[in-house]
Amino acid sequence: FVSLSQLQVLRITARDEVQLTLLKDLSEMEYLQLDVWMETTDLPTSVDIRVPFTSLQTVKAFLETEDIEYFIMIKDLQVMLDEEKEQMLSSARATAPRTSDDYDYSNYHTIADIYAFQDMLVAENPNLVSKIVIGQSYQGRPLNVLKFSTGGTNKPGIWLDTGIHSREWVTQASGTWFAKKIVTDYGRDAALTAILDKMDIFLEIVTNPDGYYYTHTSNRMWRKTRKPNPGSSCIGTDPNRNWDAGFGGPGASDSPCSETYRGPKAHSESEVKSIVDFVKSHGNLQAFVSIHSYSQMLLYPYGYTRTPCKDESELHNLARKAITDLASLYGTSYRYGSIINTIYQASGGTIDWTYNQGIKYSYTFELRDTGRYGFILPANQILPTAKETWLALMAIMEHTKDNTN
Amino acid sequence: MDGLLFSDLTVWSMDWTLLILLVVPTVVHGNPTVTVRTGSGPPVGSNQHPNSVPLSEDTQTTTEVREVVVEEVMMTGMLNPSHYPARRAATVVQHYLNTRYGSPYRWIFLSKVHSGSAEDVAEMRKYQLELTMQEIISNVSGQCSAELLFPGGEGQSAPQVQASCEGLLQSNTTAQEEAFYQQHRASNNMVSGNDIPDSYGHMEPNMKPFWHLGGVASSFIMLRESNESTLYNMAQVANFTQLETEKDQLRVNYHVLLHEMISQEIIHWKLLVTWSPEQGVQVLQTELQPKCHNCEAPPNTTN
Repeated sequence: FVSLSQLQVLRITARDEVQLTLLKDLSEMEYLQLDVWMETTDLPTSVDIRVPFTSLQTVKAFLETEDIEYFIMIKDLQVMLDEEKEQMLSSARATAPRTSDDYDYSNYHTIADIYAFQDMLVAENPNLVSKIVIGQSYQGRPLNVLKFSTGGTNKPGIWLDTGIHSREWVTQASGTWFAKKIVTDYGRDAALTAILDKMDIFLEIVTNPDGYYYTHTSNRMWRKTRKPNPGSSCIGTDPNRNWDAGFGGPGASDSPCSETYRGPKAHSESEVKSIVDFVKSHGNLQAFVSIHSYSQMLLYPYGYTRTPCKDESELHNLARKAITDLASLYGTSYRYGSIINTIYQASGGTIDWTYNQGIKYSYTFELRDTGRYGFILPANQILPTAKETWLALMAIMEHTKDNTN
Repeated sequence: MDGLLFSDLTVWSMDWTLLILLVVPTVVHGNPTVTVRTGSGPPVGSNQHPNSVPLSEDTQTTTEVREVVVEEVMMTGMLNPSHYPARRAATVVQHYLNTRYGSPYRWIFLSKVHSGSAEDVAEMRKYQLELTMQEIISNVSGQCSAELLFPGGEGQSAPQVQASCEGLLQSNTTAQEEAFYQQHRASNNMVSGNDIPDSYGHMEPNMKPFWHLGGVASSFIMLRESNESTLYNMAQVANFTQLETEKDQLRVNYHVLLHEMISQEIIHWKLLVTWSPEQGVQVLQTELQPKCHNCEAPPNTTN
């Protein structure tokens, strides 16, 4: 019996019959305690040999003398198995956290994980957090909004959403962290407490659940909804071109196959219509922040026209403050300005509609990074991204609170 | 600081002369100005990493996506460094620098646009930019002055770029490049990989230089495909396969995903890349892959 520890696996390429015979002879030398796996007997063939440390020198010397090609496939079998076991345990741990304190905020999660997190957070903070289902996605998934409220009726509200474009994974991950941050800071952080005493915060973390599910199971780069388009083999509408603001104008596509397809009509997507209905029926939202990635920008209306919005000066100054606060944490540098000047012309966009509804503090974020990783931002950047973005959000929310009756 | 200076277009365009004096660094020493040629080999007399401009054989397939109708206003005069015209042009310079100097251990990204201007010159659009670029493996930054010409008219030809940078290429990559080259030039162990980075942004350490190389090779395509209405980044290396070393060049087949920001499309390209420390990165073939509308790729697995 040889313990798994201190075993190497060598992969050998046998070029001809002579070499194959030599390897066979080698494998029959019992004192070496070799384990030989051979796939086929066609030549050239790969032979894997499990070699205990005690026999390594002998075996390698033999192979080199006979000019048989090999390389070390697995340096230490036990180490590899231990690593695998640890990985499985940690994923088991990650998939079933028992409290929101156990939840792994520094990793990307499935939609099931995030929905479970939402319910946990509500259960742990029944006096602060409730879940509102504002509608259903095309495929019937609930559109969940967490409401953070210290009570009262028809208080002015702040809306935050993440994940409207499903491939922008750092946003859903950040949204999850924001939810936890709010419950942690209420009663401990003066600024956040003051905001919540005066206003409610609404947070939709998985704004495009069908798309998000699709990025996990089929296509990591999926952006749109998953609703089929009649007469086309192409699926989905861009939910950030589907709003009734400049709808039909330049800055969106009329082709269902396009990533910026505006949809058959404004608010055709239930993911969008549900928010529209919520905003209208609430009637007292004062700020609306829609979060995307990537590019590191903070944007205000408009995207569909070059005409500056009425409050451009105030929004511009507030954006400057927000990104200055953001940069204070890790030095991350953001650009800011109107959508149409800073990034491109885009029609049917979310914050153009919300601004035209009278929600003055309408902003869009584009989070990290600026192109090196793009949509596939490493998980170890989730927490830094969420933390720095939170500082910008706090600047916006505080200003909103101070300018709301 | 950008907002303070550039929030009011009229105020700041009057002050542009003053701004030029304050902001523009003088680039005198360092790397020689290099002019890009289309088609031929490394520049004569250059002591820089002689990546050659691609002699590409394109197999272009027609895309099904209709063109996005974008109402573009072509800015002329001083450009706001925060706004997209300067930013798109600066990204073209980034691609250019990677085609010239990139390697498995050298990958350059735009850090900051300091100032820029654009003008119409005959049928073409000429940009001048002052930039900070960063080599992201060594984290060394450098100041660059660049001039670009976007061809006008019906032609599909690539932009022409000239750039001169100070301090950007300081890092000594010789040892790493040589080790990587020696490790992979022998034919008994061809490397391949897929989904780099994976869905979670992760990659094995031994895949990193191949990721960098894929990014640099993609720059040849991104440079060639760029115009004033595009902004390209490499989104992911879908897969790569090392082929037999030939004429002392490592050879790798790549399938890359490019992200074009304005259309938001993910564009698939296959490319045949060679590299050696001496010859630099060369792209021998590029092939646009048709967009697959209902493709279900196998799920990316965590490693």
